[in-house]
Order: sequence, then C-alpha cells, then structure tokens
Amino acid sequence: MFFLISLSSTYALSKGTLETETTRVEQGEKLAFDRKKGNCLACHTIGVGTMSGNLAPPLFAMRERFPNPEKLVQQISNSLLNNEDSIMPPFGLHGLLNEEQISKIVDYLYTL
Amino acid sequence: MKKLVFLIASLALALYGTILFAGPEVEQAAFKAYFHNKFPDVDKADFINGVYALDKNAREQWVEIEEFPPYEIAIDEGELLFNNTRFTDGKSYGHCFGTGQHLRKKYPYFDEERAQVITVELAINDCREKHGAKPLKYKIGDLAKISAYLSYHSRGDVIDVIVSGSAAIQAYNKGKEYYYTKRGQLNFACVDCHVSSAGKRLRTEILSPSLGHVSHFPVYRLKWGSIGTLHRRFSGCNSQVRAKSQPGQSEDYRNLEFFLSYMSNDLKFNGPGVRR
Ligand code: HEC
Ligand code: HEC
Repeated sequence: MFFLISLSSTYALSKGTLETETTRVEQGEKLAFDRKKGNCLACHTIGVGTMSGNLAPPLFAMRERFPNPEKLVQQISNSLLNNEDSIMPPFGLHGLLNEEQISKIVDYLYTL
Repeated sequence: MKKLVFLIASLALALYGTILFAGPEVEQAAFKAYFHNKFPDVDKADFINGVYALDKNAREQWVEIEEFPPYEIAIDEGELLFNNTRFTDGKSYGHCFGTGQHLRKKYPYFDEERAQVITVELAINDCREKHGAKPLKYKIGDLAKISAYLSYHSRGDVIDVIVSGSAAIQAYNKGKEYYYTKRGQLNFACVDCHVSSAGKRLRTEILSPSLGHVSHFPVYRLKWGSIGTLHRRFSGCNSQVRAKSQPGQSEDYRNLEFFLSYMSNDLKFNGPGVRR
C-alpha cells in the first residue's frame, strides 16, 4: 500500500515536471519571438520564427555549441561581457528581460 | 604624403568601431573607404540612394514610386510658401535667400560668430524671426516643404562642408561622438546599424549605409504619409532604440548633421527623396 502511494506520487511529480518543462519552453519561445520582449528574430534566424533579420548568427544546435547554460544566460543578460562593442542589447542589464524570463528563453534555445 | 594618408586611413579603417581622433580629413577617408570596400559593386556616386543602392528588389519598387513621386506636392507647396510669404515688415524669404536656387550646398556650415552649426532649416526660421514672424515647426509641415523646394533646386550640386578652425572641429567632434555613442534601453549607437550592419536585415528592413545619408532630405516617407526633415528621421532612430529623442535643431542634432554631411562630401544632393 505504502509502495503504491509513493509510486503514484512519484508519477504525479514527474508528470508535473514534464508539464512545466513544456510550458517553460513554450513560454521561452514566446518571449524570444515577442517584439516587445526578446525580439530576437530582429537579428537572428531561430527555429520556426519568420521574418527574421540576418545581422547576427543563426541560433541552432545550441546544446552542442553551448553546453554550459551559464554562457547562454550571460550572452543574453549582458552581451557586452563577451564583446564590448556587441550590438546585441544587454537584456538583463537594461531591464528588458528578468532572470526568470531569460532562463525560460535558454530552456527554449536548448530545444533547437 | 599620399602613402601616409593611406596608411592612416587603413589603420583608421581597422578601428572604425571606436571613436577616432585622427582628424576630420583622415576620418572622412576611412569612413568612405569602409563603405567602398564593403560594397565594391556599388557605384560610389550611388550611395546617395541609401538602401536602394544596395538592394535590387527594393530599388525596383523605388524606381516605380519615383515615376509619380509623392514629394512633388511638397515641392510645389514649398515654392508657393517661399515666393508668396510676406512678413509683417513687407519682406520675403528672398531677402534672406535670394532666388533660392543652388542654396542647399551652403548648409550646414559653422558660423564662427554665433559659434554654432547653422543648417538650412535653422536659417529658414532665423529669417522668419528676423522679419517678425513666428518660427515654424522643425520636423514637419511648412518648414519641411520649403526645405524640399530648396533641395529640389539644388539637385546635382556637390556636398562640400568645410570643417576648419578649432570651434568648428569641436562641433564636428561632438557630432561624431554622438554618432558613436550607444544609447537607449536597447543600447545602440548610430554606427551599430548604419556602418557595421549596413546592408544587413533588421527583421525585414535592410539597413542603409550612413555614407550619403544627408543627400536626399527632406524625405517623404510612406510610413509617415508626409514629408519630414533629417532631424525627424534622427528622432525616429532614437526612439527605435528607446532612447530619448531630441527636438528638431537641438545642438546635438545639428552637430550630428555637420559630422554626417562632412562624411558625405563630394557626393551630390538629390533631395527631396522618398522612402518606405
Ligand atoms: C539587435 C541585434 C540582436 C538582437 C535583438 C539579439 N541578438 Fe543575439 N547576437 C547578436 C549579435 C551581433 C551576436 C554576435 C555576437 C556579439 O556580437 O555579441 C549575437 C550573439 C548571440 C548568441 C551567441 C551565438 C553564437 O553562435 O555565438 C546567442 C546565444 C544570442 N545572440 C541569443 C540571443 C537571444 C536569445 C536574443 C533575444 C532575447 C538575441 N540574441 C537578440 C545580435 C542580436
Ligand atoms: C536599431 C537600428 C538603428 C539605429 C541604432 C539607428 N538607425 Fe537610422 N535607420 C534604421 C532603419 C531600420 C532605417 C530605415 C531603413 C534605412 O534606410 O536604413 C533607418 C534610417 C535612417 C536614415 C534615413 C536613411 C535614408 O536613406 O533615408 C537616417 C538618416 C538615419 N537612419 C540616421 C540615423 C542616425 C543619425 C542614428 C543615430 C542617432 C541612427 N540612424 C540610428 C535603424 C537604425
């Protein structure tokens, strides 16, 4: 009996995590594409996004190219740390996106 | 000497992104060389056509629009305003500007006495105030129309801005600094979009090179649905990056115009223009 309960609760838990993961990725994509938020498509080609600009490198194979999520967070939060002349807006530093939003975008980028 | 200038120019070219202190002449050579090298297929004289010098598709649409140019009404209205306005003292614009022909190339210039940059739009309002009339709005409306009329009758004249003397060089340097300074929540400098990214697409919009930027103003923009001055465009680009835009003919904008015009020396005026 005890075994059953714990099994079902683990199941519920993992199902719950799965659900939040999908929504985090979906939210991340939305934030990345939203013109008033990330507006990343203004410069980057990304996933299924349309009408994208071409003044920055396309974002693909992110897990292979950026195995360390910290690096991605840093590039989005403050691009100037990697390149002081970067034309990519420092989204965190300038309050365009908060930590939570950036973390969701990173989750989304890892699906690419 | 020629070799030295070339050497400094290539050095400056390598450092184009940072603020240069090589002096106006060398900076101008580097600025031009940068675009000439970046777009070797573009005829050097064609940079006055902005984005249409770079993109064939956009150019075709533009050529079609030019068959019935939407700025024509502004030129006609500007002509009437220029010729028919009588100030309360009985004087007209002619008292300040003569016939208004080939006038555009006198501006912008650095006025030593007033210790500031004088643009054609500023001169129009100076004329009005001198003769007891109220100044006009600087970015839109009648002033932009008069400016369009004057530009039209200066087509083909060569841009020949003189930067000489320490006060003028200081104004030029201030304009240059404004051009290279990142600003706004999105943290962009003019150079980021119109030098480094010229020819690239921001969303669906191809970015024009700064070389030649001043030649064709005022401009009828389809987006505006009206004619507007260069400073209207400056403030649009400021707002785009969520930076504070400035009033028309602010000191910053005049210095910026002075700097940008000097960079475009030797190109020809072809205003007014039409843009998307
Ligand atoms: C206005 C242009 C612009 C916008 C908007 C922009 N970026 Fe960038 N991004 C760049 C440029 C340019 C680079 C190249 C590196 C540099 O100069 O910083 C870059 C680099 C990157 C990189 C490193 C890519 C690589 O392959 O090295 C990532 C990841 C990235 N951007 C993510 C984003 C995300 C996510 C957003 C939106 C939240 C975004 N960018 C919005 C211009 C932009
Ligand atoms: C975020 C990108 C961006 C920045 C930063 C920017 N602009 Fe622009 N600018 C544009 C776009 C997009 C257009 C419309 C397409 C084009 O002609 O380049 C434009 C157009 C212009 C034009 C009209 C070009 C023409 O041929 O009619 C001028 C002049 C201009 N910008 C000057 C400036 C100046 C000066 C600054 C800095 C104060 C500046 N821009 C900053 C994006 C930018």
